[in-house]
Amino acid sequence: MSLALIAALPFLGALLPGLMLRAGRNACATATGAVTLLALLGLLSHLPAVLRGEVVQARFEWLPMLGLNANFFLDGLGFMFAGLILGIGLLIIIYARFYLYKSDPMDQFYTYLLLFQGAMVGIVLSDNILLLLIFWELTSLSSFLLIGYWKHLPEGRQGARMALTVTGMGGLALIGGMLILGNIAGSYDLTVILENREAIQQSDLYVPALLLILLGAFTKSAQFPFHFWLPHAMAAPTPVSAYLHSATMVKAGLFLMARLWPVLSGTDLWFYLVAGAGLITMTLGAVIALFKDDLKGLLAFSTVSHLGLITMLLGMGTEIAAVVAVFHIINHATFKAALFMTAGIVDHEAKTRDIKRLGGLRFLMPVTFVIGTIAAFSMAGLPPFNGFLSKEMMLHEAAHTSTLFMVMATIAATFSVAYSLRFVFHVFFGPKRDDYPAKPHDPGFGMWAAPALLVVLVVLIGLFPKTMVGSLVATVSKAVTQTDELPYYSLALWHGVNAALIMSIIAVATGAVLLLLHKGLDRAWIAAPRPEAKEIFDALIGAITRFFSWFTDLLHDGAMSRYLAIFTAACVVIVAGAFFSADYLQGTRPMLPITNASIIGFVLIMVPTIALAFLHRNRYLSLVLMGVVGLILSVGFAYLSAPDLALTQLSVEVVTVILLLLALYFLPKETPKESSPARRTRDAVIGAGAGLGIGALMYALLRREPDNIGWYFLENSYTGGGGNNVVNVILVDFRGFDTFGEIIVLGIAGISIFAMVAALMRSAGGKRLREMAKDQVKIGDRHPLMMVVATRAVLPIAIVVGAFIFLRGHSEPGGGFIAGLVVAVAVLMQYMASGLEWAQARQRVAYHGMIAVGILTAAATGIASWFFGYPFLKSTFGYVTIPPLSKFELASAMAFDVGVFLTVLGAVMLALAELSRMGVAADPDQPVNTDPMDIVTDGGAIRSATKDS
Amino acid sequence: MELLVAIIIGSLTAVGTYLMLRMRTFPVIVGLSLLAYAVNFFLFASGRLMLNSPPLLYVEGPHTDALPQALTLTAIVIAFGMTAVAVIMALTAYLNGGTDKLDMENEAPEVTPEERGQ
Repeated sequence: MSLALIAALPFLGALLPGLMLRAGRNACATATGAVTLLALLGLLSHLPAVLRGEVVQARFEWLPMLGLNANFFLDGLGFMFAGLILGIGLLIIIYARFYLYKSDPMDQFYTYLLLFQGAMVGIVLSDNILLLLIFWELTSLSSFLLIGYWKHLPEGRQGARMALTVTGMGGLALIGGMLILGNIAGSYDLTVILENREAIQQSDLYVPALLLILLGAFTKSAQFPFHFWLPHAMAAPTPVSAYLHSATMVKAGLFLMARLWPVLSGTDLWFYLVAGAGLITMTLGAVIALFKDDLKGLLAFSTVSHLGLITMLLGMGTEIAAVVAVFHIINHATFKAALFMTAGIVDHEAKTRDIKRLGGLRFLMPVTFVIGTIAAFSMAGLPPFNGFLSKEMMLHEAAHTSTLFMVMATIAATFSVAYSLRFVFHVFFGPKRDDYPAKPHDPGFGMWAAPALLVVLVVLIGLFPKTMVGSLVATVSKAVTQTDELPYYSLALWHGVNAALIMSIIAVATGAVLLLLHKGLDRAWIAAPRPEAKEIFDALIGAITRFFSWFTDLLHDGAMSRYLAIFTAACVVIVAGAFFSADYLQGTRPMLPITNASIIGFVLIMVPTIALAFLHRNRYLSLVLMGVVGLILSVGFAYLSAPDLALTQLSVEVVTVILLLLALYFLPKETPKESSPARRTRDAVIGAGAGLGIGALMYALLRREPDNIGWYFLENSYTGGGGNNVVNVILVDFRGFDTFGEIIVLGIAGISIFAMVAALMRSAGGKRLREMAKDQVKIGDRHPLMMVVATRAVLPIAIVVGAFIFLRGHSEPGGGFIAGLVVAVAVLMQYMASGLEWAQARQRVAYHGMIAVGILTAAATGIASWFFGYPFLKSTFGYVTIPPLSKFELASAMAFDVGVFLTVLGAVMLALAELSRMGVAADPDQPVNTDPMDIVTDGGAIRSATKDS
Repeated sequence: MELLVAIIIGSLTAVGTYLMLRMRTFPVIVGLSLLAYAVNFFLFASGRLMLNSPPLLYVEGPHTDALPQALTLTAIVIAFGMTAVAVIMALTAYLNGGTDKLDMENEAPEVTPEERGQ
């Protein structure tokens, strides 16, 4: 199976749980498991090649210009991690099926889990480091969702946020570090980077790159001083803790350090930073773990400690230490996942995971007891389990590094024994109690099957390490160290009496004593002052938030006119600066003569425009002035050879004025005089600056000869698009995709108006609206007879005109846009004449439906060309003659134009009808007319159409 | 003629900007419409001015540039959509807030930690 597919499968599968949940929770879990199993099988199909030492690759170009390509590669290291992620993932899916409560939304859980799984697999299989970074961020995001899965728990939300903050911050640092690394190596492919050890370590940028990358790795793998987020992430459901916080995500940092080990390790800086942080984390985590009463808290700090152990081994920089690190990664994943699942079972059955409230469970939960004990003994490093093997090897390496390492490692091992034994003895041994929150008993097979399988591995690896994982460890270690020959090491239980064994014996003995003294130590621990990570974190975040709230409030004081003024003034100043700092070359294009007609038009536009600046406080008057400007503008379009624009501007003007008139029904009719003369002067200066700039720009442009692609459309309009009206052919054919996007925007505008009005009606504003009616001046003749008769007569004519404009659009001025507007105006007249209720009752198609049909028609026209093997929206045309009509053209673009027509009509009418609906709501006492006008002729007698309500 | 067009577009921009800097919503909407006129006319005029030469192929050439016209046509319709949305937003603000003032007078209300979701 292709590597890309293995990485993509979980993402694709993430769609399944939501669908399958309808078929039941078992189906949901099975589908999720099947996806993971499939990916796992795909991975295993590469096992022989990987064991032979080959590197499997899959490469796709994505954004080659940025160096971002979907390149994947699989060697031993990637294989081990992908195997852990998918293998333990499968077990977690089974476990979670039985762990989740009936009230938990299972589909969400599995979707998040698969997203996380895909991101993790992506990290370990990526060859391209930019791709790796994308997956890295995805793990932070998906783990945020998983930790906060129980949204109702504040601990879950806060833990998720803390984890996201810390790992997200590290992720940012990592991006910087990786980019530097790629820059030094000259390639963003890991396979290339790994061969450039000398260049990277000798570069001046090695230190910043290393620091940034380690920041990313340490935050992800919870290394001191970033270890604090991991225990708080334990608020997640236990399957998440078992998966993310023992086996996979926290190991991503380790993976990264192991992956880049060949190029980054071996320097003093690497040793002190990585081995140092690992050593501190290992010891600190082990000590704190002993004093955690929460089972998962204990395991969390134990995980911190073990991650520190592996980090330390990687930091030592020797090949043999890297082998031990690899071996311990495998061992830790097996026993720690089993332990988390055990803790989850105890929590699930006894309804508490407080060690002080537990004890004596060995008879009540024998199966859980056996599983938990074996796994905990392995964690303690007791023979014959796998934890013992790697711990011995670790102690051996520590003893050969320095005395400090030897002492600290022994202390860590001691506490490790103590907390592991505490996990066993304080939970399962001791007297049986009668005050558990629930009656504990062993869960069903489904829940203990997964940890049992892991425990079997713990024992088998412990007893037969060479057979079980010998070749895997060798392959992975070769991949980590990028060497063909590894130094001698032996995976075995017995190495004779050596320093490591003596350290081990000391650790076990002291650890057992520590446990016996636990009560007293615990009291001392609680009494001792300790820094609380969460309080420090919260205080820090609080301070940052307060600072930026203050800063934001300072800039955004809520005065929109201030922003606009600053923005416009800045534009004017910058552009003016640019203009005056360069030479100006006067254009040579001759000017058109100024005719009498143009002077009249000029005056007719300029007078209302300038008047608007002074008379805008009278809102009705300003509307009239604005309408005049729009009308003269449309005449100007016609005069300057743009008949289509003239028609569009004219009809849009009508609708806009009606829209603003309707709005004025609700708004105050006057604008009060409130700005100071100084402020008005300031605004006038800004406005004049903007106007001068735009006017000058226009003039300069108009005096230059055009150099553009306009001729192309003129030449090809008829031959390529079959139309004589080039504007329309461009709209529906050449640039049809643009038009498609534009009608979608228009549709969205219409529908958001619909939504906003609906929201307004429900809010406090709706109430105010209904109270407003009292102050409104009412007209006596609501539906005047003359107007009703006139509009009724005009409607069919207008529709015929609309059809005419539409049909001829391809060859003469017209088309879907204009036809839609013309018909909208005609329909609007009916609303004005006979009222919203009457008109709406005769309106068979809802306007939002019309928008949808319009956009779908346009889309269908575009898609139809796929069936003929052409790209989206490729059009065709022909000429037909239907007697008695003259020969006319039928283009597929016409169907597209129908879509445009419907969308325009729907959006315009929706906007205006919604405003009228507000008007009706504003005056609920107003009688609703069922007849077109206020008076009806009823058998010759004339009476009022409305009854007093 | 070119000069007249440039003056018209400049004046529309100037008055439109001035109105957009007013403190009530309605003049701002009118100002927005004026700016839309200016922008649309500018866009159209960028194809250069020609008399009696519409881009209709059955008319004897030369023809003016059709592309800016096509772009302007949709821009006019979209400008209507934008105005309509702005109008509804202004109405909602007026009815919900009780004033058609554009600027917030008081400082932003203090958001408590609970509302921030902490």
